[in-house]
Amino acid sequence: MTAADGFFYIFSAICVASAFMVIAARNPVHSVLFLILAFVNAAGLFMLLGAEFLAMILIVVYVGAVAVLFLFVVMMLDVDFAVLKQGFLQYLPVGALVGAVVLIELVLVVGGWTLAPAGSRVLGSATPAGISNTAALGRILYTQYIYFFQAAGFILLTAMIGSIVLTLRHKVGVKRQNISEQNLRDRHKAVTLRKVPSRAGL
Amino acid sequence: MTIGLNQYLIVAAILLTLGIAGIILNRKNIIVILMSVELILLAVNLNLVAFSSYLGDLTGQVFGLLILTVAAAESAIGLAILVVYYRNRGTIAVEDINMMKG
Repeated sequence: MTAADGFFYIFSAICVASAFMVIAARNPVHSVLFLILAFVNAAGLFMLLGAEFLAMILIVVYVGAVAVLFLFVVMMLDVDFAVLKQGFLQYLPVGALVGAVVLIELVLVVGGWTLAPAGSRVLGSATPAGISNTAALGRILYTQYIYFFQAAGFILLTAMIGSIVLTLRHKVGVKRQNISEQNLRDRHKAVTLRKVPSRAGL
Repeated sequence: MTIGLNQYLIVAAILLTLGIAGIILNRKNIIVILMSVELILLAVNLNLVAFSSYLGDLTGQVFGLLILTVAAAESAIGLAILVVYYRNRGTIAVEDINMMKG
């Protein structure tokens, strides 16, 4: 067993265990933290497969942005999670049944499927020799898959505009600065002279 | 036993199963449902990258990148909807989401 095999077992064991804890933890904050652990270990698996760029993207985008977004929402919403956790045991048989069925189907599919003799070889990297994984990915992403790349950009733009439009709200009664109105002020508008009668007041 | 394609596919299958079971088990908590969807997408990504290494073809990694994009967009929109829903109703229980009687 080489060192890479040992790392595969470590990463995959921690990844599966923390994925289990994501769905089993009582506190959603713990779920998010276990999700972060699962993503970090999946990034390790990607690294073993030679996909360095995707591993880094997984860390940066998921651990850095998406998981923190989850954490932010979980902590911001004042929700009684004990109520939401009720019925966990009630759904346990159904969930376990569906999970078992899916797993058995996958085992049957993968088990009944014979790989070519080279299938048990140690997985190499898909990167061509001589250039880095990021450079190789960029070479095909910006040429052969440019339309997919543009489409991904539009998806992100839609997500950005959508979430801004959804969560933006205009409060009533907030005083805002209106610069053009301020600049148009002159002395006729700002100052009025009044003749005040003596001993009468305004 | 050397680590080949099969071992990675098994790990991805376990992750996918845990994600599907999580959706059903935590049927009341929509935050955990969103996290389970993330787990499912991670399993798909692991499959794509494993096949990319196995076939020596970078296309799988390009598709993995696109899946990461879609997953990030999905979670951003989902959490935004969640925040708006909480602001309007004061709860995020899934069984209370029946305003549109769909």
